[in-house]
Amino acid sequence: MHTSTSRAPADASADVAEHLTHDDRVGLLRYMLLMRGIEEKAMSLYRQGKVPGSFYDGYGQEAVSVGAAFAMAPEDRLCILHRDLGAHLIRGVEPAAILSQYMGRAAGITGGRDGNVHFGDHRVGCVGMVSMLPDMMLVAAGMAMAFKLRGEARCALTWFGDGSTSRGDFHEAMNWAGVQGLPVIFVLENNQYAYSTPTRAQFAVNPVERAGAYGFPGLSVDGNDPEAVFEATRAARERAIAGDGPTLIEAVTMRMHGHAAHDDMSYVPSEQVEEWRAKDPIDRQRARAVALGVDVEALQGEVRARIDAAADEALSGPMPDPATATDRLFHPRDAEEILLGDGRGPWSGFAARAA
Amino acid sequence: MASMTYLQAISDGLRTAMRDDERVMVMGQDIGAFGGAFKVTDGFFEEFGADRVMDTPLAESAIIGTAVGAAVVGLRPVCEMQFSDFIACGFDQLVNVAGKMLYRQGLPVNITVRLPSGGGFSGGPFHSQNPEAWFMHAPGLKVVAPSTPEDAKGMLIAGIRDPNPVVYMEHKHLYRRVKGEVPDGAYETPFSARVAREGSDLAVITYGAMVHTALQATEDLDGASVMVLDLRSLVPLDEEAILAAVRTCSKVVIVDEANQTCAAGAQVAALIAERGFEDLDGPVTRVATPDVPIPFSPPLEQAVLPSVDRVKEACRELLAY
Repeated sequence: MHTSTSRAPADASADVAEHLTHDDRVGLLRYMLLMRGIEEKAMSLYRQGKVPGSFYDGYGQEAVSVGAAFAMAPEDRLCILHRDLGAHLIRGVEPAAILSQYMGRAAGITGGRDGNVHFGDHRVGCVGMVSMLPDMMLVAAGMAMAFKLRGEARCALTWFGDGSTSRGDFHEAMNWAGVQGLPVIFVLENNQYAYSTPTRAQFAVNPVERAGAYGFPGLSVDGNDPEAVFEATRAARERAIAGDGPTLIEAVTMRMHGHAAHDDMSYVPSEQVEEWRAKDPIDRQRARAVALGVDVEALQGEVRARIDAAADEALSGPMPDPATATDRLFHPRDAEEILLGDGRGPWSGFAARAA
Repeated sequence: MASMTYLQAISDGLRTAMRDDERVMVMGQDIGAFGGAFKVTDGFFEEFGADRVMDTPLAESAIIGTAVGAAVVGLRPVCEMQFSDFIACGFDQLVNVAGKMLYRQGLPVNITVRLPSGGGFSGGPFHSQNPEAWFMHAPGLKVVAPSTPEDAKGMLIAGIRDPNPVVYMEHKHLYRRVKGEVPDGAYETPFSARVAREGSDLAVITYGAMVHTALQATEDLDGASVMVLDLRSLVPLDEEAILAAVRTCSKVVIVDEANQTCAAGAQVAALIAERGFEDLDGPVTRVATPDVPIPFSPPLEQAVLPSVDRVKEACRELLAY
């Protein structure tokens, strides 16, 4: 049984050229820029009073969702956490639909039924999260269970935070996945704080070290390096598809904004923020792209234009019709069955595999 | 047609659904080779194998949560809680994940959760509860509670075929006590009420095991003509059948085995107050378990559960009103 547990962050310059083409590496940067740009736009809309409720973002954590989702095939299935907007973008959700979602508009993924990043577009293989964390670990394990029972070469992946590891569902999901040897990947997004509570007040033993006790590997990667996160996830997916069971990946990162828009995170020492600012994941991938000869300015302009167009589209869309507030509580018996559809899998390795 | 106990009818319904549709699987604690705590899945492991008759870890949240995941990728899981009381440990997955998924995300969750419920045999505070009202209050869940073998089979098959999460209450005290004719093969019992006995002087409105208590209590009630309405389904609640019973009888006794406050019967009483007031010829009367945990010792338990005598007394008082 594989029970190796490693706390050493993977080398940021790990040799991933074997699995990532030039276009893949630019793609990772593009999705991270898109995620950050959409969230910055949404924050500005929030401050203008156009986003009701609160607003949560993943500033500084872009590499975790982008790197992991990039390693997933179209037929894989995902449960995405609220700081992982990049995963939705990779699966194929349009920026205008995301901005509409934040603003509670009819064209949002949930049509105004739920807010902020509480969505999952089932048409692209994603199940929307709930606020009780990490409930989706069990849903992801259940999808993986179905794949295994049917003998399908696919896997499920879910993200969850350090705070989630204190709840019972973390244990139940880890245990279930381990005992059944499920093709599931658990990405523990350790951003150092559960709201205001630092990890030292949350657990005595780092959760990644618990993986061995459940009978499968746990490893830590530099969560601010999209290529390191990609590579760890790619390898975990390979294990899952080969029938070797689950993997826990701890992506070590930092929540660079407050828990939500209202939170000035005065409880975080400024040195800690500065230390992590120097490790910004986008800066890191941008430097790589520059070294590859990519016109990064042009890429940023392209992303900005796309977001501006999406914001215009979202702002011109209607709010939901109040008369529909009690609709769709139950699915009619005679209606068509709705199942999760396939998403986008932009990694070149999938194209190579299909060829 | 075959004569079956309530328990045999549940097994027959489950077996029929599994033979008809290979997407249907059952998951729960000790349901495999052991056949389940009450033997509902006795012989299933041999017929369908370990993959479709899945022994799970002792983890109710995981049973419901993984069932949700399996359902949205195309399986039809039927979860067994060993006792309905233990659903408290899976409450979050059922109420927050399964119940709200379609409304929020447009994604139906086709799971059925079987809850062996009810008291009457010294099960004590953690093996006797009737938690159906918890789920009536949680939008997005259907809640059914059959009282006869025929309905037990038909409602289980209908629940498994229903694309929504269905909470299926099966009363343990009916398992081997109630027997009846059950049609062969697959059939569905609608999620609506059934008149268990016609009558015109007074209507007893109830469901589950209390249907039998009500029938016995009113079998010979000084010559009064007493209707017994078996709700069968609590969500959806058959409001028209309830109001029709009020129109016919003008006097209503509502019986719950559950704790009184906010029980299913409270909703029935509220409905009658709102929409049946003009048809009433006496106060709506309720018989239910007082708001205490179900005690263990027989004299204590019998003191709280609605008995034939208590129902009889309530009916007599109302008839005399």
